Amino acid sequence: MEILYVMIPLGLVLVGFGLWAFFWATGDGQFDDLDSPGWTVLEDDQTPPRGDQPGKDDNT
Amino acid sequence: MSAAGAPCFHCGEPIPRGLVIHARVAGRDEPVCCHGCKAVAEFITGAGLGDYYRYRDTASTRADEPPRPDRWAAYDRPELVERLTRAEPGGARSITVLLEGLRCAACSWLADKALSLQSGVLDVSVNPATARARLVWDPAKVRLGDLLRVLEHVGLRPHPLAGEPSEQLALLERRAALKRLAVAGFGNMQVMMFAVPLYFGEAQGMDPAMREYMRLVSMLVSVPVALYAGWPFYQGAWHALRARSVSMDVPVSLGIVLAFVASVWNALTGRGEVYFDSVTMFVFFLGLGRYIEMIARHRAGSVADALARLAPMTARRVRGGVTEDVQALELAVGDEIVVRTGEVFPADGAVVEGEGRVDESMLTGESTAAPKPPGSRVHQGTHNLGAPLRVRVGAVAGNTVLSGIIALLERAQAERPRLAKAADRAAAWFLGRILVGAALVFAVWWFVDPGRAFPAALAVLVVTCPCALSLATPTALAAATSSLARRGILVAHTDAIETLSKATHVLWDKTGTLTKGLVRVEEVRCAGDVTATQALAWATALEQMSEHPIARAFPGSGAATDRATEVEVCAGRGLEGRIAERRLRIGTRAFAAGLPGAPAAAAEDGSLAEAGSRESWVYLGDRTGLLAAFRLTDPLRAEARDCVARLADLGLPSEIVSGDEASAVARIAERCGIERHSARLAPRDKLGRLKALQGEGAVVVAVGDGINDAPLLRGADVAIAMGRGSALAQTSADLILVRDSLEDLPHTIELARRTQRVVRQNLAWSIAYNLAALPLAALGYVPPWLAAIGMSLSSVVVVLNAMRLSRGSPRQPRPRWPAAPEAEAA
Repeated sequence: MEILYVMIPLGLVLVGFGLWAFFWATGDGQFDDLDSPGWTVLEDDQTPPRGDQPGKDDNT
Repeated sequence: MSAAGAPCFHCGEPIPRGLVIHARVAGRDEPVCCHGCKAVAEFITGAGLGDYYRYRDTASTRADEPPRPDRWAAYDRPELVERLTRAEPGGARSITVLLEGLRCAACSWLADKALSLQSGVLDVSVNPATARARLVWDPAKVRLGDLLRVLEHVGLRPHPLAGEPSEQLALLERRAALKRLAVAGFGNMQVMMFAVPLYFGEAQGMDPAMREYMRLVSMLVSVPVALYAGWPFYQGAWHALRARSVSMDVPVSLGIVLAFVASVWNALTGRGEVYFDSVTMFVFFLGLGRYIEMIARHRAGSVADALARLAPMTARRVRGGVTEDVQALELAVGDEIVVRTGEVFPADGAVVEGEGRVDESMLTGESTAAPKPPGSRVHQGTHNLGAPLRVRVGAVAGNTVLSGIIALLERAQAERPRLAKAADRAAAWFLGRILVGAALVFAVWWFVDPGRAFPAALAVLVVTCPCALSLATPTALAAATSSLARRGILVAHTDAIETLSKATHVLWDKTGTLTKGLVRVEEVRCAGDVTATQALAWATALEQMSEHPIARAFPGSGAATDRATEVEVCAGRGLEGRIAERRLRIGTRAFAAGLPGAPAAAAEDGSLAEAGSRESWVYLGDRTGLLAAFRLTDPLRAEARDCVARLADLGLPSEIVSGDEASAVARIAERCGIERHSARLAPRDKLGRLKALQGEGAVVVAVGDGINDAPLLRGADVAIAMGRGSALAQTSADLILVRDSLEDLPHTIELARRTQRVVRQNLAWSIAYNLAALPLAALGYVPPWLAAIGMSLSSVVVVLNAMRLSRGSPRQPRPRWPAAPEAEAA
């Protein structure tokens, strides 16, 4: 059972990683709106993407 | 007239019989109830956004009137927009807009799509949970006014929010709470994993070094849970103690701290029990309940949002003969402003010029417009229905009547005396018992064996606090709140669930709660050979020229032949006009029958003569006398009668307190089966009636929707607001019926009672278990493995019992729309 002395700290490191990922996602706004993104996959998007992205403007 | 055939394609309201309006949607004609809905439906499908109708899960808000493009004229002026909005990189501007009528995820998709199709829009983010959209656009390519017009065209009424929005603060608060919840949840899972081998190790014999190791690891994981995730509880407790009161946070914090400190001590010294699993589970479930509550509160909105919805941000100022658009905030006392027909007053003041009629229903609850001759006072937030008015500003910003009401509500909301008191009594009672019990144990052991007095007293505190208080109440409340949220009932204050289960009376404000709050034509009576359809078409053609609230009852016929010309408004009496060579009058009985040439004793037809109360009847007449009479009512909600009956079954008699006419109140009361009702009450009188009931020991639920109900809602033991009601009513409510259906109300009360039962069962079980197990264990009669299993089972039983609440009730009413209301719950 001595393996537990290694496995448990390893598990805690993984938990720490998961928690860090969750914190990052929260800060990034991934949990701010849980409803509407689900709808975007349902739409048949025939319209071209927006043509006025700031990046494109900079290039012109 | 009653609903016939299919409901309106857009808003789902019944279409008045005889009325034929079709919206051209995807190559098919769909029936709609009014021209407002027709315009919105055709705009949406015309813009290629017809998918909205496939994906939405609740009907849309009725578009009362076709969009008015001139409403947003002020937002077309760059210098004004610059002062109202925030600068973004690259010369772009951004603003947060509150969207009235945003009710589901499909609505937010619609808003997002409609705006994204506009050129010059750089970014749109719509949050359906808070009904807000953040727009970033390039002012060189598109005007803000145009974007607001687009939103109005798709049936969502935008309210631009000035300055740094409270939304940002709320967002940060939500994120912080979510992080704390994650720490508590992850931590709890880990500690549970270590707790199981510890429990079974006790039974089967465990290597002491491994036991020691497990306990120390549990402690390590529990530290962030207790310190970081539990921090808000300590803060709350500290604030309460500094204010010399006891809130729910005090025993909660005491429980966490004592159990945690005792466990840390035991883990470090290697003796006694550790309670890390209890501590972390406690923090997690309490945190979960608070998180759900906070989401509901944010959804209900803040007082600042309410103000934004009520008062315009711009004004039209006249200075030296020049009219200019300015920010409402820039107005000063003594300025002169012009308020055109259909606009909302940006400040309090006195009429200088013009003869107006003003809809003051938001302040007074009076549904008929008040005449405003020069010299009379007008108030911020009220609606000008008559001729354009020139107004000298008398009070601005924080000094208006409206902001006075709002400030009052803000204070009341911050203090929330009644709810706090109820919770505090329970908390103080529980805390008192536990402390007395612990003191007794300490005293007894002091005489028996002083060395064991402290550990024994600590054991009592530790075991009773987390087990009973931690799991019994929060798990039940969390399950009930989320179950209600799934049905579209938002609980802004969880304490309300407890109060609601004890409720004895229901007070209704009639308009907007029992009724729909919209005046519609209910019945048409005709004289001679005029058909109802013809009469209605004529009336509609005339009324379309009017801004009077009654005019909205006539939904428009759409027939091009019926166009009224030469329309004149006779204030307080009605309208006169010409339709296809026929002079017609509509209005009061005397007015309609009084056209020159009409017989003196105008057409005393039996069916028209019996039409009683003047308030709710409108007459149509021509030179031959009276042609038709229309009965206008604010229609009863279909589910109102059933709701009142079911409430009565639950032992809650209903009573109406209304500001409306006695006859109208009596009719509604009779049709709902309500015996007690009082009419023509000012907000203060409503509050008086409420206090009288409470004085008799009643626990009163108040249901309201208007601003004039806010005092009533504030005074009630439990306040319930309707989903389509005013924002101000919602901010003072404990529960909000988001789906705007009364069907949910009896269910809510049933669920509140079941919740209370579950809480009591859980408390009884926990206390019984502790009472039985603790002394036996202390005296050494219970082997540790049995205590461990019992402890876990005790917690599991409590949690499972609470989870019963999240399942549907046995008497589940059918949803009004084939809806999956989860979208609104978030």
